[in-house]
Amino acid sequence: MSEKVKVTIDGITVEVEPGTTILNAARQIGGDIVPPAMCYYSKLEGSGGKCRTCIVKVSKGSEKDPRPMPKLVASCRTTVMDGMEVMNITSPEVLEARAGVVEILLINHPLDCPVCDQAGECDLQNLGYEHGLQKTRYEFERRTFERIDIGDKIQLHMNRCILCYRCVFTADQITNKRVHGILNRGDHSEISTYIQTAVDNDFSGNVIDVCPVGALTDRTFRFKNRVWFTKPVDAHRDCPTCSGKVTLWYKGADVLRVTARKDIYGEVEEFICNTCRFDKKKTDDWVIEHPTHISDASVISSNHYETMIPLPVIQENLRLQEANKVELEKTAKF
Amino acid sequence: MARKLLLEHINVPGINTLDVYRQKGGYRAVEKALKTLTPDEVVEEVKKSGLRGRGGAGFPTGMKWSFLAKPEGVARYLVCNADESEPGTFKDRYLMTYIPHALIEGMIVSSYALGAKTSYIYVRGEMMPQIRILEKAIAEAKAAGLLGKNILGSGYDLELYVQPGGGAYICGEETALLESLEGKRGNPRIKPPFPAIAGLYGCPTVVNNVESIAAVVPIINESGDEYAKIGIGRSTGTKLISASGNLVRPGVYEIELGLPVEEFIYSDEYCGGIANGKRLKATVAGGSSVPVLPANLTLKLANGEPRLMSYESLSEGGFATGTMMGSGGFIAFDEDQCIVRNTWNFSRFYHHESCGQCSPCREGTGWMEKVLHRIEYGHGKMSDIDLLVDVSRKIEGNTICPLGDAAAWPVASAIRHFRDEFEWHVREPLKSQETNYGIAKYAEPIAKAEVTTEN
Repeated sequence: MSEKVKVTIDGITVEVEPGTTILNAARQIGGDIVPPAMCYYSKLEGSGGKCRTCIVKVSKGSEKDPRPMPKLVASCRTTVMDGMEVMNITSPEVLEARAGVVEILLINHPLDCPVCDQAGECDLQNLGYEHGLQKTRYEFERRTFERIDIGDKIQLHMNRCILCYRCVFTADQITNKRVHGILNRGDHSEISTYIQTAVDNDFSGNVIDVCPVGALTDRTFRFKNRVWFTKPVDAHRDCPTCSGKVTLWYKGADVLRVTARKDIYGEVEEFICNTCRFDKKKTDDWVIEHPTHISDASVISSNHYETMIPLPVIQENLRLQEANKVELEKTAKF
Repeated sequence: MARKLLLEHINVPGINTLDVYRQKGGYRAVEKALKTLTPDEVVEEVKKSGLRGRGGAGFPTGMKWSFLAKPEGVARYLVCNADESEPGTFKDRYLMTYIPHALIEGMIVSSYALGAKTSYIYVRGEMMPQIRILEKAIAEAKAAGLLGKNILGSGYDLELYVQPGGGAYICGEETALLESLEGKRGNPRIKPPFPAIAGLYGCPTVVNNVESIAAVVPIINESGDEYAKIGIGRSTGTKLISASGNLVRPGVYEIELGLPVEEFIYSDEYCGGIANGKRLKATVAGGSSVPVLPANLTLKLANGEPRLMSYESLSEGGFATGTMMGSGGFIAFDEDQCIVRNTWNFSRFYHHESCGQCSPCREGTGWMEKVLHRIEYGHGKMSDIDLLVDVSRKIEGNTICPLGDAAAWPVASAIRHFRDEFEWHVREPLKSQETNYGIAKYAEPIAKAEVTTEN
């Protein structure tokens, strides 16, 4: 076995396997120092390096060669070296550059969150919330495309796409035939199917889950409900093609949609097949396990509680404030 | 007359044919290298010559070759980058059109040095005549036993192929070129791994510019030490400069590195001065991606010494007062040219050519283009100028490949040196549509220019 290497990220040291990327090393530490990632997807080989939101500063290259790296690097594609020192949220340069990337990602984004199905579980929304400007400096007409129905289950809304290439990698690696890809060049590039061929494949629905924004949406769920009004529940079934482990999104007694289970970075744990995703929308089809754990900071969990306003007695008492820390943080967050 | 190494026999009739080329001493380098030198000795000669990559970055070629990984049983490739598409650069096309055997000879010697059994010349798609010329020249060389199996009885085999590209500027970036050569979409790869470790088809690969490969021929003929005597400091040898713009005699010139810029522009041996008796306003010294300089900083360094045509002297002063050698696309602007319009034109080019893979370049180039268009056509605002600087800073250094930097530098430098002209366009929206800003103080001696450097 090869020896582990030491890497320090924002002053926190962690030992990781050689060949780990900075981003994955940061995920082993966890917390606020994890750089945001819009295009990197740990389950998809070759993804990452494109959106540039995960850029970090390497202030010391390694133990052997302590020179800092001349440019900010994409943490999702840069492997760690022994003794490497990385600055993420402790470097104003990184935060400024990241804010710049977020601004640039948003200039051609329609910002139609009020009518977008992804709102509430959108990576770009979260990113914009944390790093974005209050007001855009872009005063030109935004790039627009026609909406395309690719197959009867998936709709492509190219205006919202940030060209992360995740869905291309998914189709390449999960399904056995890719029929969509990137057409054109520069800011005219678009995800599209060749001569409008329908994406029709047992696992094609996974492109909806990997899409960080609302560009690829589930036509069976489209405009049915806001995600924060639905209640997620983990469930499984015996599926001959996939693992059958899913999250059901309930509104009242109805299953409005089925997705794969996602981890705290919004990545699916296991890809699921289209039968589970689109055709099994009755409670009878599933064995219910338990409510899905949703991070307190997520807007999806916010609506499940009556109130977030702390009672006056808590606001005055330090001990009670300590006891209700999580709730109070949530109040501050929203 | 200064020494010519690449273009010495360029005016000999029929030099594009193998017979005439051989009469003039062609393919001596192949015979010398394959019969008397080992591959490592060839690499050593190139290292000694101090030859620096002629494609733009100026990385020492010998060093690049010595980084090539040599695992057992894995093929190695040499790829010649003839995807010359930088606005203002046309030297490789000239070389391939008129003296194609110089490139083929260089390819044979370089492939031998690197141990490549298959080599490719990736030519930009628009250069169809040059592709035909190269293919004809390769067929001639093959018939003469200079390519194929057992070249000149040395036991060394080499197949050389010409591959037309699709005409995208981005495919001049070496990893995008390799992707395109493999038949994929020409998106630059994320480095590392570098092509020297995993390049074409995952095998170790060296990608060199046409001129760098052609320059290997005189290095082998005359030895690396002799070659290193030409030039100045770490800029050794000769360089092809594609001179264009408002010059009396634009064209491709071979210069010894270290030639003063003033001599290059004004002497009768080279460009012969500015056309129509006008005055020089600004230059782009190395192709559209390098910073633009006003006349005073082009001719003189910030400290008043003359600026020379060499890698070091052109970049003297960093981004504040310097520029770069780049690929040698020398563009001169006379007093009636509009820098704002030119910057918009360059920006439009980069907007069109951005591959769209990484977000800062994809969105940022379009943004800059739109803002510049607005200023040029008299709808600009004062705040647009700072916005442009800010956007260019957000692109620069944050992209996968150097196209982002190349798009940001001309804009940032134009505003740094010609801010007055941009402000005039905003202040006088109607007048700027009819007249030009003129030369202003851009040609005045350096003492004035130092004010710009402190900004």
